[in-house]
Amino acid sequence: MIPMKILSIIPAYNESANIENVLKDLYNQNIEFDVLVVNDGSVDKTGEVAEASGKAYVVNLPCNLGIGGGVQTGFKFAKQKNYDIAFQFDGDGQHKASEIKIILEPIIKNQADVVIGSRFLMKNSGFQSTFSRRIGIKIFEMVNSILIKQKITDNTSGLRAYNKKAIGFLSDFYPLDYPEPEAVILLGKNGFRIVEVPVMMQERKGGRSSISGFGSVYYMIKVLLAIFVNYLRPRIVKE
Amino acid sequence: MEEPVNIARMTYIALLGSVFLLLFIFELIRKNKLKERYSLLWLFFGIIFLFLSLYRDGLEIMSNIIGVDYPPAALFLALIIAMFFILLHYSIVVSELSEKNTTVIQELGLLKFELKELKKQIKQM
Repeated sequence: MIPMKILSIIPAYNESANIENVLKDLYNQNIEFDVLVVNDGSVDKTGEVAEASGKAYVVNLPCNLGIGGGVQTGFKFAKQKNYDIAFQFDGDGQHKASEIKIILEPIIKNQADVVIGSRFLMKNSGFQSTFSRRIGIKIFEMVNSILIKQKITDNTSGLRAYNKKAIGFLSDFYPLDYPEPEAVILLGKNGFRIVEVPVMMQERKGGRSSISGFGSVYYMIKVLLAIFVNYLRPRIVKE
Repeated sequence: MEEPVNIARMTYIALLGSVFLLLFIFELIRKNKLKERYSLLWLFFGIIFLFLSLYRDGLEIMSNIIGVDYPPAALFLALIIAMFFILLHYSIVVSELSEKNTTVIQELGLLKFELKELKKQIKQM
């Protein structure tokens, strides 16, 4: 069997405090993969720190696009360089590199096109976010599960792996702003096989979350609107 | 001394205003300051206002149709609808632009990466 080309996409915005440890953590795994840091127009030294580590390709975006635009840049990179698998791994230190194997496995075995690492499939699996956030996550679970007729417990998880088919699709159609829950609908609706696997996550070690305070109300409304609209749109991928 | 409402003067002013608006839009297009595709809505509403100022009964008929007693209120309604559509049109244009902008930023980032890699390779040669 030809070894698969695997790319790790790390979206990073002002994560100079975390990025070095994240890269070190990734580097110490005994799986072969390339690392791409998408520096999303950071105003701190995220790009330089990542570059100096010598462990990653670094794409510096000239302006801040938000997480969706950053991750999509990674998909475009993966498509251009002909990667077989890409997985998203957040640059804020909340994902554990030891979980990568778990999310890659269903793709390697061709049991899924998309794998989502879920915090909620196991009881007591580490940090599960704050109470108010879990309410939001529960709402997404209900809405998305009804709409795509498959139970997805962790719609906001950023720890995800994609096969070549999904990479090609998302490099053209990945949602912007707050893409994770929308992507679930988009992929489910277009016939991609989604599999969830249990993972552990940690509380972020530094930097700031992109969603907080008033922003979270806006986030919920915006994402729910986007989910419904995505559901009502015609399929892009034809059978 | 009470002056009666001067219908003729009002008509002239309305006519002058609408003609000026239309000419101004044409001039902007001619000077390439306004793209044709973004000017269509403005021209459309400019022509409606020209029509309303020439044909005074038009306003009367319009207010009857929508059931407004006071014809100028119908005029305000027409104005608000016009503004509403033009603003909505701008939201669409902004959305299109921001999508294209995103693509350009992504491609620029990827190109800068390729350039960086090429420079590295040249140095090693």
